[in-house]
Amino acid sequence: MNVGTAFEIALAVLVLGLGVWTIAARETSAAVVGFVGYGLLIALVWVRLDAVDVALTEAAIGGGLSGVLMLGAAARLRTTEAQAAAERPGPFTRLSAALLSAMVAGALAGAVLFLPDPPPTLAPAAAENAAATGLGNPVTNVLMAFRAMDTLLEKVVLLLALVGVWSLAPDRFFGGRPGSRHQADPRGALAFVARLLPPIGIVVGAYVFWVSADYPGGAFQGGTILAAMWLLVIMAGLADAPPICRRWLRLVLIAGPAIFLLVGLGGLWLGDAFLAYPPAYAKPIILAIEVAMMLTIAATLGLLMAGAPERSAQP
Amino acid sequence: MGFAFNLMTIIAVSAGAFFFLAGTVGLLRFPDTLTRLHALTKADNLGLGLVVLGLLPQVGSLRDGLKLMGVWLLVLLAGATVSQLIARAARREGPGE
Repeated sequence: MNVGTAFEIALAVLVLGLGVWTIAARETSAAVVGFVGYGLLIALVWVRLDAVDVALTEAAIGGGLSGVLMLGAAARLRTTEAQAAAERPGPFTRLSAALLSAMVAGALAGAVLFLPDPPPTLAPAAAENAAATGLGNPVTNVLMAFRAMDTLLEKVVLLLALVGVWSLAPDRFFGGRPGSRHQADPRGALAFVARLLPPIGIVVGAYVFWVSADYPGGAFQGGTILAAMWLLVIMAGLADAPPICRRWLRLVLIAGPAIFLLVGLGGLWLGDAFLAYPPAYAKPIILAIEVAMMLTIAATLGLLMAGAPERSAQP
Repeated sequence: MGFAFNLMTIIAVSAGAFFFLAGTVGLLRFPDTLTRLHALTKADNLGLGLVVLGLLPQVGSLRDGLKLMGVWLLVLLAGATVSQLIARAARREGPGE
């Protein structure tokens, strides 16, 4: 057994242990912290599997973003937590839930263990046609060219999620500013970081997107970093969240899917199929879609975090 | 030259791992929030700094070395800020666990 295998076994044990602990934790906020750690460990697992693109996404979305969303939810539920804990479900419900979970886990394990050898894969086909787009990163090729339809629909799902959050707003505040106004000491540590970090974060976010043409990275990961910078500034009280009725905000929110859709329809009209790129311009077109998508993702994720409108548009 | 570089890597990374271990022991053993934070941030910052220092002789290019240094500086910034915020929240909630 070499060092790599020992590390992988330790990592797997740690992931399973943290998973069990997250489920068993009594307090909601403790469970959320466990889940964030779990997401970061899963990112390490993806690195060990040589799937760095997936690892970056898992660290950004699974560990960071979902964690912050759930921490916010836990803070809101704190007042009712004792009451909810008192109404524990009966043994029948718990037994059924345990059975269902065990069956799903068993089915997944079976699917992985009884894969045909060699497993079916489209990787050689994707690698063979990599030259068609001029991009060196096969993951970006699949996301933006070979399976572009999935990526387009994924962005629409994000927008639908945001519409869902906004629809929770009371009628009189619809169109207003999301969340409560954040107050922080203007000379405190948080305000200091919120001034120092965003320039670095914006460069890193743009870099993560830009290298995705040839190396691991992407619009989603870059957009998440931009969203985090925006939220940092809002949380430090340096800038207020914009009212959701603003025209520019709505335009940024639909920019990604809209440009994607326009390019797709253009392919239908000028080329052979929906989302067919002319080979000579494939790379610039993909980059243009990705720039718009990164801005849309950053705005959507930031507003998802900020929550439903709770104040009128006037400060 | 290669031997000296490898030796430096082994010594610095081992020292870094020791500080991580010491920080974790401190986190588990110290009695209250502020001392636990002290153990965690000091040891982790120093531990990561030593690990980065140990990896510097092994990098292929100046760019990779600068990236490693950047990672360390960003972790320093984040660690210092977060420990400040946690300490402030802990003080507001009063002494105790």
